[in-house]
Amino acid sequence: MILRTPHPDPVGPADPETTASLAARLEAAAQARLGRGLAIRHVNTGSCNGCELELRALNNVLYDLERFGLRFVESPRHADVLLVTGPLTRNLRTALEQAWDATPDPKWVVAVGDCAVDGGVFKGSYAVLGGTGLAVPVDLTIGGCPPPPARILAGLRALLEANAK
Amino acid sequence: MTTANDIIRTAEAEICRPWPRYILSHADWAALTHASVTEPWTLLAHWADTVQAHALFLDPRALTIIPVSTPIEAGHYPALSPVLPGAAWYERMIHDLWGHVAQDGIDARPWLDHGTWPQMRPMATRPEPRTAIEPLLLADPDREGAMMLPLGPVWGRLDEAAHLRLTLNGSTVQHAEAVLGFTHKGTLTLMRGKSPRAAARFAARLSADATVAHSIAFAEATEAALDVAAPTRAVALRIVMLEVERIAGHLDNLTEIGRLADSQSVRTRCGLLRETLLRATAAAFGHRLMMDCVVPGGVATDIAEGGPQVILRALGDIASQLDSIRRLHDGPALALRLAGLGRTDKQLVAALGVGGVVGRSSGRAFDVRTMLSPGYAALAPRIATRAEGDAAVRQHLRLFEISESLRLIGAALDALPDGPLTVALPQASGEGIGCAESIRGDIWHWLRLDHGQIASVFPRDPGWALWPLAERVLEGADADDASLIRASLALPASGMDL
Ligand code: SF4
Repeated sequence: MILRTPHPDPVGPADPETTASLAARLEAAAQARLGRGLAIRHVNTGSCNGCELELRALNNVLYDLERFGLRFVESPRHADVLLVTGPLTRNLRTALEQAWDATPDPKWVVAVGDCAVDGGVFKGSYAVLGGTGLAVPVDLTIGGCPPPPARILAGLRALLEANAK
Repeated sequence: MTTANDIIRTAEAEICRPWPRYILSHADWAALTHASVTEPWTLLAHWADTVQAHALFLDPRALTIIPVSTPIEAGHYPALSPVLPGAAWYERMIHDLWGHVAQDGIDARPWLDHGTWPQMRPMATRPEPRTAIEPLLLADPDREGAMMLPLGPVWGRLDEAAHLRLTLNGSTVQHAEAVLGFTHKGTLTLMRGKSPRAAARFAARLSADATVAHSIAFAEATEAALDVAAPTRAVALRIVMLEVERIAGHLDNLTEIGRLADSQSVRTRCGLLRETLLRATAAAFGHRLMMDCVVPGGVATDIAEGGPQVILRALGDIASQLDSIRRLHDGPALALRLAGLGRTDKQLVAALGVGGVVGRSSGRAFDVRTMLSPGYAALAPRIATRAEGDAAVRQHLRLFEISESLRLIGAALDALPDGPLTVALPQASGEGIGCAESIRGDIWHWLRLDHGQIASVFPRDPGWALWPLAERVLEGADADDASLIRASLALPASGMDL
């Protein structure tokens, strides 16, 4: 048995380009919430569950999302960020819109995975709208099928830095 | 009395590999439905195409698989559900996608079609444009009375999207109803008309924690239809990937149950072991979940140079901790929380054909690796079953299956044959069935190829058997345990939402 406590992965800087573009966007936002962490609410809009598997991995000790002040919450009412996965099936459009309405302003919307970015492989199906942006405004996209946890984390940290500026 | 075999013997058969598909009149189809109960046969899947309704049966004593079909006449076919209630959801799906009516079915409500698609019956020869979009109305938790607890479809817990309506008496669930179809992506229409290679991307995205299993079942169905076999190296690599997927999936489940049952140590350790394994998988196969790594005809790429060592090292970490994780499950906190929770009924498990850990925790030993999956016979996989059928036993079976998968991967890598990775697929016509044992039990794919293109296809995810069981299991449970029971049964959504 291994008794050594595992250490989280060392961290590099958040992606500077993403940070810059997000910071520019935020200047228009109503209020900067300096020094605060971000509460993230996941909204599944029809994913194959692959993106969820990688989001769940963010909670394991090697990524340890919470050390950055990022945490998942269950209610949109307590969320700063809506993190959306899936190609936006027509059957889940209302659920996404309800979650968006219930999230207090100012709020960020992050589309995670190729499906949420533009429908991914499911683009063109009668049953999907093809990406989060077709129902609510999106601030950040993180591509990949599914995006590995390290990439999701880099995106969320960029958001965190932009939010602090 | 006419037995099911009598009916089959006199029926005409179409070529479908490896099992011929029998064409039955409406009368014989109905008679077979009744006879299947006395045999008893197990209904594995029920689907349709534009001209026929199909059903896939298992004869558990003879260990044979029997596909049967009956023509759609004037838009109708005789329902299975009055005799086999588990068929009702399939019948609703068939109606929503093809428009065929199951005559005398026990439930005619829509299933996948929530009133939002621009067309009705999207799989029919001529789909009908929808004139008014009227989305399904969902209960609002704030407006419902105390008697009704609606959960989902969006849970906000990094979960799949599914809706549960629980009718309560105090805190006890009196009645549970599952509403699914939220994640319906029109997968079958996207697969139709494509080559098997192109369609495999959709098979791989039916249900991500069973992406390898669905990909193998789809690949085997294709290979059967074209009467070719994947090369031995590809078969061995598929086994490695499928068993790695099983370990990763079970570790994910152990982590999740650890979290929900407040066992910090189980959660932390299983989460870490899973991550270690996925990183090894990425190094060995190029993708953490091994999506698109299995393709019709073989495997997409070889295991990386040094890949076997990387995998074996990760497995070594898991092996060294299994005993202590098992002890944590026997410790008072977790054992008390899980004992007796989410208990399944043996008869219902058998009648619904529930497989995987849930089936095996309730006395049903069925596992396609022991009799049907290529390459496994030499490895002699061991299957454990228990009778208690509760959440505690299911975690112990998951731990047992992890240890057995460790052994199977070691043996498969040890004897990895040299040779090609794929076999060429002819541009031919044919029909085939394939299967694979996923983390949730047996997956079945049926398809028909027309000159190298998919004319018709149906994948049967284990969710079709698990959810009807879950509704019964939830009845009588404490409403606060709903999430834990859901996790213990590992209820999926995307795979059966299609
Ligand atoms: S992006 Fe890929 S992994 Fe994520 S939901 Fe879509 S198909 Fe699944």
